[in-house]
Amino acid sequence: MKYDIILCGVGGQGGISVSVVIAQAAMAQGLQVKQSEVHGMAQRGGEVLAHLRISDSPIASSLIPKGSAQLILAFEPLEALRYLPWLAKTGQVVTATAPIKNIPNYPDLEAVLGEIRALPKATMLDADAMAREAGNARAANMVLVGAAAKLLPLKVESIEKAIADTFARKGEAVVAANLKAFEHGRTANQ
Amino acid sequence: MGIETLMGDEAIALGAIHAGLSAAFAYPGTPSTEIMEYYQDYVSRRGGIVAQWCSNEKTAYESALGASYAGRRTTVSMKHVGLNVAADPFINSALVKIKGGLVVIVADDPGMHSSQDEQDSRWVAEFARVPCFEPADQQEAYDMTRAAFELSERVSSPVLLRITTRLAHSRAAVKLAEPKGQNPVSKVEDSKSWLLMPAVASRLWKGLVGKYEALRAESEAAALIEPGSKELGVITTGVALLYYRENLPDMKDRPSHLHIGRYPLPYAKIREFASGVKKVVVLEDGYPFVERMLRGVASAAGSAGSTGPAIVGKESGEVPVTGELDPDNIRPALGLPPREGQACRDLVIPGRPPQLCQGCPHGDSLAFLKEALEDYPLHTVNSDIGCYTLGALPPYEAVETVVEMGASLGMARGAAEAGLTPAVGVIGDSTFFHSGIPNLVDAVSHNTNVKIMIVDNGTTAMTGAQPTIMSSEKLKAIALAVGVPPEHVHVVRAHRADHAANVEMMRRELAYEGVSVVIAFRECLEYLKKARKA
Repeated sequence: MKYDIILCGVGGQGGISVSVVIAQAAMAQGLQVKQSEVHGMAQRGGEVLAHLRISDSPIASSLIPKGSAQLILAFEPLEALRYLPWLAKTGQVVTATAPIKNIPNYPDLEAVLGEIRALPKATMLDADAMAREAGNARAANMVLVGAAAKLLPLKVESIEKAIADTFARKGEAVVAANLKAFEHGRTANQ
Repeated sequence: MGIETLMGDEAIALGAIHAGLSAAFAYPGTPSTEIMEYYQDYVSRRGGIVAQWCSNEKTAYESALGASYAGRRTTVSMKHVGLNVAADPFINSALVKIKGGLVVIVADDPGMHSSQDEQDSRWVAEFARVPCFEPADQQEAYDMTRAAFELSERVSSPVLLRITTRLAHSRAAVKLAEPKGQNPVSKVEDSKSWLLMPAVASRLWKGLVGKYEALRAESEAAALIEPGSKELGVITTGVALLYYRENLPDMKDRPSHLHIGRYPLPYAKIREFASGVKKVVVLEDGYPFVERMLRGVASAAGSAGSTGPAIVGKESGEVPVTGELDPDNIRPALGLPPREGQACRDLVIPGRPPQLCQGCPHGDSLAFLKEALEDYPLHTVNSDIGCYTLGALPPYEAVETVVEMGASLGMARGAAEAGLTPAVGVIGDSTFFHSGIPNLVDAVSHNTNVKIMIVDNGTTAMTGAQPTIMSSEKLKAIALAVGVPPEHVHVVRAHRADHAANVEMMRRELAYEGVSVVIAFRECLEYLKKARKA
């Protein structure tokens, strides 16, 4: 079993913590993991990208080859499209729909969403609104993890435990809100 | 000892700690920053190790050299261009008789994710005749760091540990080994072996040349040939090994393979390997270092009429000569077709470059500078390495140049002396402490008509908000201490609300002929966020 995930968004959207949560859940299930992250200058409002590879056998490259990712998990719709060349023909996109228009030439949003709708397998959700409903506007990334849960080669309980562990330092309220956000995401894409 | 999931930077840091590290020194620089951050996090919980940010890579290197002289194991870590700053101590420390293990960790940035060039530190190690280790993955990063200390003490030489961005910032499981205790403090017995006066140094230099050839024999033993096809041989170094392995299942005949993880280059092994195959593909992240050596000049291997194998790599064009290697861009050299993914129907995806954060103090500083300069159609604004470099892009378009750490002030001063005024040097607080001060001294001593603007956000922001080496008040104190007239040293708040007053002040200083220092202060928003989290 090999499962490659592209995580993408705009600097500051919390992509790295999602990568950590999924990786921890995978390792708790005895799977091997390699993760590649972007640090430094790109984190300042630019496009950010993490590669996450999960396998039950040794993984060579920490970078995912083109056409190999089973999932693009995107925090922003334009960013979801940027990495399509890495998505396998059978791969899926799960993306938030709220755009971050911090560039002057951001394309027409309907055109962006139209491209996503035209993909063979794509799930779009208003993760920001769902996170607010769950009681923490900053938990949109966990809504997306929830929406991707049924696709991941992971047990729901492993992911929930990884969320609890990752946010434990920030207190029970934050853990609860992130778990709720995860739950909302799961319900939205069952 | 267990298994931990670590980034390459972290694996190196933990490897050093487990090798009995006593003292570590560094200046922040992507992609090397997390090494010192890991040490400092470790020290905050466990103590027992000195782990300090320094003013710059040169001072950091010199501190590490002193720690080695005191018999303790030490590291100095930096990004590739930091090694330029530390080139003087690095190259000369190859001559002295290293006592406590000295491991020089240098993170190269092919692809220039966060850098102004993609120079390859293997060439610098070769130039200095310092042995170099190049790990392929996180496990090797941990193991090689430990081995580097052993080698350093055994052969009395610094060892350069060269990594690239991808290894620095990717995570994998690492199997840990038994930690070793620290060395006791013990002074070098033969202090003449550290006295690089010409008479002594010439003896040491002869010794170094011989030592480097002895090290080559060790590289020979470490390089492994995996026999395979006689048609095709592949040489890999560093992370290229992983990209090669990723593609191996797609290859019909398994190539012969030579992996190199240690330098000086194992010449004999390479000759043996190259003579057994018809074609050699060289895969290495960075400059074509192995490939250039392999091609040589006199033998002209791979050229028309040559009896050697055909050589395929960056210099022949099959592997991209710029940028970072990845699992896809090495496929043409291996004779493999491109992999196909999905694509947009017709939308062209615009790039999303990094930019200053919403409400960043640098934006307000650049805004008042730009408005004050509107009175001068001919002017220059030279800038420096840091977030404020982004002030060159729209909507600011307020700075013109960025070359290397400290160049803002030197360039503005030189431009002013050459007649291009007003000349403004825009430099961050951390960069000013790194290498701005000598340029300020030059400006004052020659009374150059140059305007120095220190955009002070109280932190080293670009690399993730590490503390600046000294507090903000010291900036004004330094300007006064070197003799900038007090009425031309200003500390202002970098905030929209103060815009009009700041423009007014800046106009007055632009009209003044002499050295002015304007310190525009407001704390970095990322730094405040990080402080709140802590």
